[in-house]
Amino acid sequence: MADSLLKRYTYDVMANDFMAAGKSSSAIKSNLKSLGIDSDILRRIAIISYEAELNIVIHSFGGKLHCDIYENKIVIISEDAGPGIEDVDLAMKEGYSTASDSVRELGFGAGMGLPNIKKYSDHLEINSSSTGTKIVATINL
Amino acid sequence: MLIKEIVDIVKADVLTSFHDENTDLKYGFASDLMSDVLAYARSDALLITGLNNPQVIRTAEMLDISVVLFVRGKRPGKEIIELAKENKLTILASDYTMFKACGLLVLNGMEGLDIDG
Repeated sequence: MADSLLKRYTYDVMANDFMAAGKSSSAIKSNLKSLGIDSDILRRIAIISYEAELNIVIHSFGGKLHCDIYENKIVIISEDAGPGIEDVDLAMKEGYSTASDSVRELGFGAGMGLPNIKKYSDHLEINSSSTGTKIVATINL
Repeated sequence: MLIKEIVDIVKADVLTSFHDENTDLKYGFASDLMSDVLAYARSDALLITGLNNPQVIRTAEMLDISVVLFVRGKRPGKEIIELAKENKLTILASDYTMFKACGLLVLNGMEGLDIDG
């Protein structure tokens, strides 16, 4: 069955924890690497996952990052506890950012997160409300 | 450009070394914005940055970048070096400004990346 879920990895991502940011994506990358996934596809997945993880750290009250493995695709899902994206269309524009100066000093908040996720995904769904944002990014194998 | 040539040109200290000094890096990408690195850099490029935090290493890791050059006299701390070692990254550090380091590397044959689409 091409559509059945083979395996799910789930990681908790803390808000504002910039030292740990990237740990979950690093684990996802090494897990997928051990499955023998092509390095170009692996890099795309890693970028998507890292940007999604950073979004949780920078913009949310905390959340989870999932990596779902199917026979013919990998799906990266981020779910956070809010406060939501006020204007998703604006957030998809390159250079648009609501990040604080302190986040920018860390090298992020350039307004490239969601555009990057879109660029490297084969399919992207974003649902956002004040109670949370869910991003589902699919990468075909 | 060989790693040993890069070291020589920008008078870099080698803080970690996981690649042969004869490893060839054709391209360079310089930015203090990791978001832009994630958007535009490639695995076959030298990452040049004046940003000094663990996310530099994470960004390099996600992109399969193998060599990072810190400029403007930035010396990554122990935690960053440990993370670099975990990821088998070669870390160089130069006292030159980013502009001067990039200028010298380009003058000696390193190429920039083009932004696609």
